[in-house]
Formats: sequence, C-alpha cells, structure tokens
Amino acid sequence: MKREPVLEAVDIVKELGSGAAKVQALKGVSMALRPSELTLLMGPSGSGKTTLLSILGCILKPTSGDVRVVGESTIGMSAEQLATVRRAHIGFIFQSYNLFPTLSAIENVRIALDVRGQSGFKAAARAEEVLRDVGLGHRLRYHPGNMSGGEQQRVAVARAIAASPSVVLADEPTAALDTENGHAVMALLARIAKEQARSVLVVTHDPRTLPYADRVVRIEDGRIVGEERRPEGLDAPEITDLAKRRKAHA
Amino acid sequence: MILTLAFRNLFHDRVRLAVTLIGILFSIVLVAVQLGLYLGSSRMITSNIDNARGELWITAFGAKSFEDGGLLLHSAERHQALAAAGVAEVIPLVVSFAEWRRPNGGSTRVVVVGTDPEDGGLVPWSLTDGTWLDVKSPDGIAVDKSYLAELDVKGIGDTAQVAHGRVRIKALTEGVRSFTQAPYAYMPISRARHLLGAPGDATSFYLVKLQPGADVESVRRDLKSRFESAEVLTAEEFRDRSLNTWLFQTGAGVALIGGALLGLLVGTVIVAQTLYSSTKDHLAEFATLRALGSSSGYIHKVILGQAGLSAVIGYVLGMIIALAVVYASRGTPLPMVMTPWLAAALFAVTIFMCAISQLSAIFKVTKIDPAMVFSK
Ligand SMILES: Nc1ncnc2c1ncn2[C@@H]1O[C@H](COP(=O)(O)OP(=O)(O)OP(=O)(O)O)[C@@H](O)[C@H]1O
Ligand SMILES: [Mg+2]
Repeated sequence: MKREPVLEAVDIVKELGSGAAKVQALKGVSMALRPSELTLLMGPSGSGKTTLLSILGCILKPTSGDVRVVGESTIGMSAEQLATVRRAHIGFIFQSYNLFPTLSAIENVRIALDVRGQSGFKAAARAEEVLRDVGLGHRLRYHPGNMSGGEQQRVAVARAIAASPSVVLADEPTAALDTENGHAVMALLARIAKEQARSVLVVTHDPRTLPYADRVVRIEDGRIVGEERRPEGLDAPEITDLAKRRKAHA
Repeated sequence: MILTLAFRNLFHDRVRLAVTLIGILFSIVLVAVQLGLYLGSSRMITSNIDNARGELWITAFGAKSFEDGGLLLHSAERHQALAAAGVAEVIPLVVSFAEWRRPNGGSTRVVVVGTDPEDGGLVPWSLTDGTWLDVKSPDGIAVDKSYLAELDVKGIGDTAQVAHGRVRIKALTEGVRSFTQAPYAYMPISRARHLLGAPGDATSFYLVKLQPGADVESVRRDLKSRFESAEVLTAEEFRDRSLNTWLFQTGAGVALIGGALLGLLVGTVIVAQTLYSSTKDHLAEFATLRALGSSSGYIHKVILGQAGLSAVIGYVLGMIIALAVVYASRGTPLPMVMTPWLAAALFAVTIFMCAISQLSAIFKVTKIDPAMVFSK
C-alpha cells in the first residue's frame, strides 16, 4: 500500500552564490516523502543535502522546479506564504539544536506553538505532554545551558513535533551527540514516524542512523544517485547490510 | 510568549539593558525637567491673570504682560466701559515695578500689585500668615515667604521703603512666585497709587465682568470701538501674550523646549543603537523563529515588546528621578512643575521614542534569511 506523498520535490534545480562563485548545488532532484516513513538522506560533504532539505522545508526557494506540500504547489509563493506553509506542515530539527538559550525547555516548546497561535493552558499542557513523551518530564524548567546535548536535541524534537506537523525535517541531528544519545534521538524519530504517521527526513553522514531507516536516499554532487528501501518485514539490520554490500561493491 | 521572549532577551544582557535604560532615563529626566520648568515658568507668568476674575482685560495699548501695564488708564475708560451693554463691573488694578530699599542697604525690584479684593477682581491667593484685613491696616502689604531673604526682612511686622513710601509686612503668601524674580507685593489699590506717586485714578488694567448671558465677543467689539489707546483682551489672550513675551521674546522658552528636544534626540539615538545591537546578537534566534514558521509580524512584536518593556521600565525609573527633582526644586526661584498631563505626555514621548528606536532593529530582521539556521 503506497500512500500519497506529503512532501514532494519535482525537478529541483538550485543555484547558489553569484558571479564566478555561482554553484549549482542541486541539478534536477525529485523526491517524495510519505507518511510513517523515516528517510535518510546521505551523501558526501557539499553534495547538496542541506540545500535539498531547506528547499523541501520551504526555507529556500528553488531556482526551478516545484515543491508540493500535501499536493499543493508552492511555486510563486511569497516569503510570508512559505512561512505559513512551514507553520502548518513542517517541523525542523537542527544539528546545533537552535534552542532559545533564555527560555526553559517547556518555553522552547511553547514558543513553537505560540508562533502558530496556540497559547494559554492548552498549549502549556501540550508542551509538557510532548516533553514527557521524549523523556524529559524531569527537565521541564531547565534551560538549554543546563542540559546535555542529548537532552537539548530531545527538546528540539519535542519542539518540532509539538504542533503535529505532517513532516519532520532534521539536518544532522546526531552529529553533535555521542553514540548513546545519537541512538536515543534516532529511536525517537523512528517512533514518531511509526506511531504518529509522520514523514521524517534525516540528513546525515552518520552510519549509526542506518538501522532506523525505512529508506535511504543517496545524493552526490547535486544528483540523487541511489535509493534503497527496507523490504517489508525485513529487520533494521538488513538495511545496514545493504549499505555494507554497497560499499563492498564500490 | 512574545513578552516572555522580549523580556528574556532584554535581561539576558544586563550591560546593554543598563545602557538602554540610562538612555531612556536621561531623555525622560531631561525632557521632564525642561518641560517642568517651562510649565513652572508659565504658571508663574500667568498666575495673577489666572487668579483674576473677569472675562475681559482692558489694557493700555501694547501692554505686553501683567507687569507691563503702565499706569496709563484713567477713570474715563472705566466710565466708557460701564456704559457698554452687557458689562456688569469694571474693576481697576494697579501693577508696576518699583524699587524696594532693603533695610540694611541696597535695593531690589518688586512688582507692586494694587487690588481691592472687595471688588471681586484679583483676590490674593495662598495667604498663609495674616489676612487681607491685616494688609488693609496702615502701610500693610503681603509678600511671598520665599522672597523674605531677598527683600532683607524677617517676616510679619518688618518695614521697608518702596518707591515713595514706607510699607510694613502684614501678611505672607506661599508659593506665589514671580518669573521676573521681582517679588509681587500685594496691597490695596490706593496705597499702590500713593507709593508710586500716581494720580488718584491712574490704573494699569480694568478687569471687566460681564452680565450673565452677555456675549464676550460682542461686548469686546463694543468696548474696542469706544477706546482709542486701550486694548480689550480676553483673559486667554492676555495669558498668551504674557507667555509669549516672557518665554519666547526672551528666548527662555525656546531654550527649554530646545533642551527637551535635544534630550529626546540623544535618548532615541542611544536606545536605537542598543536595540539594534541586541537584535543583531539575537539574529540566529529570530532566524530560528522564522524557520519555525513565525510570521514576520510575530518577530516584529518581539522587538516591539523589547522596546515597549524598555520604555516602561525606563519611564518608571525616569519619573522617580524627575519627581525627586521636582521635590528638590520646590524652594528654588524656578520650581519645576509636574502635572498628570505632563506625566502622561512624558509616557507618550517615551513610547514614541522607543517606537522610533526600534525601526532600525525591525529593518534588520526583515532582511533575515531563515536559511542561516542551517549554518553551523
Ligand atoms: N550560500 C552559498 N553560496 C554559494 N555556494 C553555496 C552556498 N551554500 C552552499 N553552497 C554550496 O552548495 C553546495 C551544497 O551545499 P550543501 O550545504 O547543501 O551541502 P551538504 O551536502 O549539506 O554538505 P555538508 O555535509 O558539508 O553539510 C556546496 O558545494 C556548497 O559549497
Ligand atoms: Mg549540510
């Protein structure tokens, strides 16, 4: 059973910089994200991963091509309209967490709800609920400076999912974490994809993330060069093997 | 959450907050002092006019202020005025500068104010020691407490020489100050004429009281047509003319208002600078907010919140200092005045200043590229 994509990139070309420094970071990329699926986007440094994520997340506008969010084209949208799309459908997680250092964990989550016009008791209760869900019930009033990297990233995950977006986009979420915390965050993201029927895209270099993937998309030099999907019923380690085999071939 | 974030951003950097508040404080106190002095001066200048009861003033032609009436009017004008329809009473006042000989040598100037309060024209106000009945006893006058030292007398009972005669202090007022720094000396009109060596009907001003229901404008027109060398002014016009003379033709008012504007300008620049640098420091956070999907309006509100909070805190602190200055200037020759109106105006000024200040910060965030959230 193949569900309709919630986020779809069609023939994306993106040029960055100008003049002599002009780079074609993406050279015609198409990609679809479906619910209940955790996709890894892997590729060497400079291959265009962050650029693609930004375009999928409606933060960057493509030079050509279209991004469709729940079937709707975003061509010709203004910066303000794109913000509205992000608000309604997309949650972000960043490598360096990007939490507000002056706000407590619960306030960091609440502000993501506040931006969407959700405030008051209900929003506070919801923020607490998601923080408990990511295992931070005991850190509600902690400020980012007093939390470990793993805890901070889990606050960021809570912030990304608090408003129930259909897509969660994460750029190198485990890069700044040790093995244990890296696994904890990936397990959390995989669970979010499964339990809440969201689509999760994780940009990563990190092979430790492979066991959690339903699908791995590879990008090199601005082009998608391969895609592996974990066959139905296959366990996570299989895909790791797939990756190993691939490496052996190369 | 907007206010929470604004508040935290503001208090995150204490040094910058201190600079911002000092900027606002400096502005408010300076503007408060300048405008307070302006108000104080205005009150001093118009206090006699404000306390006189009469709709119209007949003055010698070209009289520029309460102190500048001369002694050019006579009973002829009074009779002419009384003949006009709608006029109920015409009450004379004598006002003139005169030399006051200090008992222990030297002299100073006073403003002799001759009035008969029984007529219901100008009734000396704020008499705290002694009564008008005491003033009516031989040689009696009333002066303000605050000028006793200047006049070289100690209090009630002391005597001095004014122009052509002797006076004895019989009553004291409190808070009746003079912008020209020449103290007002209140006395019955006949004593004033006597001291000044003026003829028995010489008069500075006639205060005109109208009959109930009479139209001020038409009575004024009627009176005007009757005089050749006298003017007829409404109390309001006479006030304005006095203010204009003392505050603007002398430049004092211009200096006060100029000082206030300068304070405003300097404060605005300081606050604009600190708000701008705060916004610059928190740019990554604003970019994150933008990536999270916040509208630009939301971000503007955070900056506005910062400006507004600074304004409120700065205003409260500034007002405390301004009120302390008011208190301290109570006994000085130029007391500063604070009214609810001035306090409200200062608040408006503070808000305005902060609103202007945050424009540069707002301009900075409109150029935010949310893509910067991915740069490490
Ligand atoms: N603002 C920019 N101006 C010009 N070129 C840029 C700009 N941003 C990125 N690039 C270039 O675009 C290409 C893709 O960059 P991108 O950040 O998407 O790579 P990436 O796959 O995320 O790399 P990494 O793994 O190092 O994060 C790179 O060659 C990069 O140098
Ligand atoms: Mg990258």
